[in-house]
Amino acid sequence: MTGIPVTVERASASGALRRFFSRRASWIPVLAALAILIVMFIGAQAYFGNFLTPRVISSLLLDNAYLLILAVGMTFVILTGGIDLSVGAVMAFTGMLGASLLRDGLPVGVVVPVMLLIGAAMGLAVGIMVQYFDVQPFIASLAAMFAARGLAFMVSLSSIRVEDPAILWLQSTRIQAAPGSWFITPTGILAILVVIVGALLLAYTRFGRTIYAIGGNEQSARLMGLPVVRTKLLAYVVSGVCAGLAGVVFTAYTGASYPLNGIGTELDTIAAVVIGGTLLTGGSGYVLGSMIGVLVYGSIKTVISFLGAEQSWTRITIGALLLLFVVVQRIIVARSSRR
Amino acid sequence: MTAAPAQPAIVEMRGITIQFPGVKALDGVDFVLRSGEVHTLMGENGAGKSTLIKALTGVYPIDGGTITVAGEQRVFRGTADAQAAGISTVYQEVNLCTNLSVGENVMLGHEVRRAGLIDWKATHREAARHLTNLGLDIDTRSALSTHSIAIQQLVAISRAMVGEARVLVLDEPTSSLDRSEVEQLFAVMRDVRDRGVAILFVTHFLDQVYEISDRLTVLRNGMLVGEYPAAELPRGELISLMIGRELDELDALSRSAAREIDRDAAPVLEASDLGRKGVLEPADVSVYDGEVVGFAGLLGSGRTELARLLYGADRADSGSTQVRGTPARITTPRHAIDQRIAFSSEDRRAEGIIGDLSVAENIVLGIQAKRGWLRKVGRAEQAALVDEYIAALGVRPADPNRLIKNLSGGNQQKVLLARWLATAPQLIILDEPTRGIDVGAKADIQRKVAELAAQGMSVVFISSELEEVLRLAHRVVVMRDRRKIGELTSHDIEVGDLVDFIADGALESPENVA
Repeated sequence: MTGIPVTVERASASGALRRFFSRRASWIPVLAALAILIVMFIGAQAYFGNFLTPRVISSLLLDNAYLLILAVGMTFVILTGGIDLSVGAVMAFTGMLGASLLRDGLPVGVVVPVMLLIGAAMGLAVGIMVQYFDVQPFIASLAAMFAARGLAFMVSLSSIRVEDPAILWLQSTRIQAAPGSWFITPTGILAILVVIVGALLLAYTRFGRTIYAIGGNEQSARLMGLPVVRTKLLAYVVSGVCAGLAGVVFTAYTGASYPLNGIGTELDTIAAVVIGGTLLTGGSGYVLGSMIGVLVYGSIKTVISFLGAEQSWTRITIGALLLLFVVVQRIIVARSSRR
Repeated sequence: MTAAPAQPAIVEMRGITIQFPGVKALDGVDFVLRSGEVHTLMGENGAGKSTLIKALTGVYPIDGGTITVAGEQRVFRGTADAQAAGISTVYQEVNLCTNLSVGENVMLGHEVRRAGLIDWKATHREAARHLTNLGLDIDTRSALSTHSIAIQQLVAISRAMVGEARVLVLDEPTSSLDRSEVEQLFAVMRDVRDRGVAILFVTHFLDQVYEISDRLTVLRNGMLVGEYPAAELPRGELISLMIGRELDELDALSRSAAREIDRDAAPVLEASDLGRKGVLEPADVSVYDGEVVGFAGLLGSGRTELARLLYGADRADSGSTQVRGTPARITTPRHAIDQRIAFSSEDRRAEGIIGDLSVAENIVLGIQAKRGWLRKVGRAEQAALVDEYIAALGVRPADPNRLIKNLSGGNQQKVLLARWLATAPQLIILDEPTRGIDVGAKADIQRKVAELAAQGMSVVFISSELEEVLRLAHRVVVMRDRRKIGELTSHDIEVGDLVDFIADGALESPENVA
């Protein structure tokens, strides 16, 4: 009748499983995202017959490299319990500025660092508003988003073509074993590198662990004597630098910069991060999960274009998936807090 | 066991003054902590205990005075400075990150690194070493959230010891632990002390004070009362030093139960067969005019659940209720409020106070809600009401405009009580109104409850402290395993009897309803 014997039974019946849940509960949403990705791949392959080809899968990375880079930066911010709505606009602004500087004849070796620095500065500005002026991350980054979008229009109202060979090389070079097989572009390599560096930073540095601690309980982190202020600022700077880098990659991808680029991209990024298993409340999530989230997002887009349906279905599917994942996360959080 | 007087002072705080807007939280307090002693800080709510601790741990900057650690004068600009000086703190609400593993919580900020990257194997090994030092054998890779508060507390102490702490500050670590967990904590504390660490301890439990302390420092109203060896200060004297009032007050209050209750008229509230599947087996309860009915039982025995059903906070699926003889449907708190029944929750942080509102706003909230939002409580009326209740309940500081989150627990509880009293209820249900508050505020609240009952208000009083229940209640409803196991008239029973009854339900009682 009492609850005690029940718990004892359960403990002995599935000790290994409990051990896994006790140690790795935060990986469950990531595994769920991976499961969905695999189901989508298998389903699409069964339906279309020509979906799981090296060409399609390779383009998945190529087409979504910029999103992957943004998602890594966003993961840092969301892990602290914040949000960065400015990334799409910052990507557009740095892209526009970069394109116009290149048109004016500045060397690419100067332009790219400038783009990254501007991204970092925008991130720092958001971080300062959040940390020192106690502005909600939502509002602070919304302000930065408007500012960056406006700056993008100030550079030019129309699209600027990019003819710099180095930038175009990023996109057009296909490193490939044989024609028709797997390929990767320098932009894809860049994105993968960003994922690796992001994952290493989060898992193997004190900076990364402090990010998790802040997301878990900011008050505790402060009382533990961890450098909370510096870490939160840096998280936004990381996101800003990623947005700057995404500006480079996206410019290479489209061969031109347009001030209306990346509208709504911040929301795609957040969706990918959340689908990848990062809790919006902070403290739980992985860069690897965000990468899976981006791949899920990209696959949905590809499937829909295979179907020949309207791309608006991408948004609808993403919306439904997002809803599903948020509910799943709520259940997991509710479970673990009941314990 | 006792601290040798020859032990050097590791921390010397001299003339510490901290000024908050409108109030001196600490006024020229001296405090000395020696290596290898357990030094307990005693005082009422608002006496300045937490403020002194926060000054020592770098949370608050000091406005006057000096802090010397190991002979070197220090200025703390933040918790990191204090930690660098070897002062580590474990707070009442465990301040760890439940989203991380046990080992990581122990080692956060001190991870073992190789070539700039964290070496997790070595880090967990190191964490395990620190945990075993304190006699804890747990999987360092398990998530902290899977462990009990008691274990988390010990993990927090392990963490404190990582930074080679010379001073360990334990701010009310025992308030949510059970007896055996407290024993485990004390064993760890003795062990740490014997290794020469100075321990500053704060608790509200007098038994624990005498069990573990070598020395006591008593504060009152932000001033130092004195420092005493624990063995030389009798318990009664300690209490009167803390509250600065005659100790007899607590005794004079005793057994208000002696007053006769008229049980011929219809009860204010009568519930029969009130229950909810899986929550509480059907039970009968009645409360008469001017009567205090105590609910006694262990945590989880169903005492809170019964109160919530009475109030309509949870919906009963069996039974009926009558208010003064007429059937009344109470299925939501709104119904209860309409019947002039008030309920003060046991979780005052989550379900009671609104931290960012002022004392006055928190008091007026209840009466405003009752009147409806369209009929505003006038400014003058508000002020009069607020002043009356602040005075009547002895809220300190007596400043209606102070944010309630800046008040101590006992004073928050008084404000909550004021909120409900302002609505002029005929029955008030108080769930653990005295938990985690000190003896002075406790006496204030007990006195107020007895006074209200004498004036004719009916009270349901729930508390883990049986002594308190027996002192105040005319009748005691005894709960066990989500079931009412009996009802006792409290004239002629002692705490020991009640404990036995709760333990095995066997007491020669007149109405053993089991």
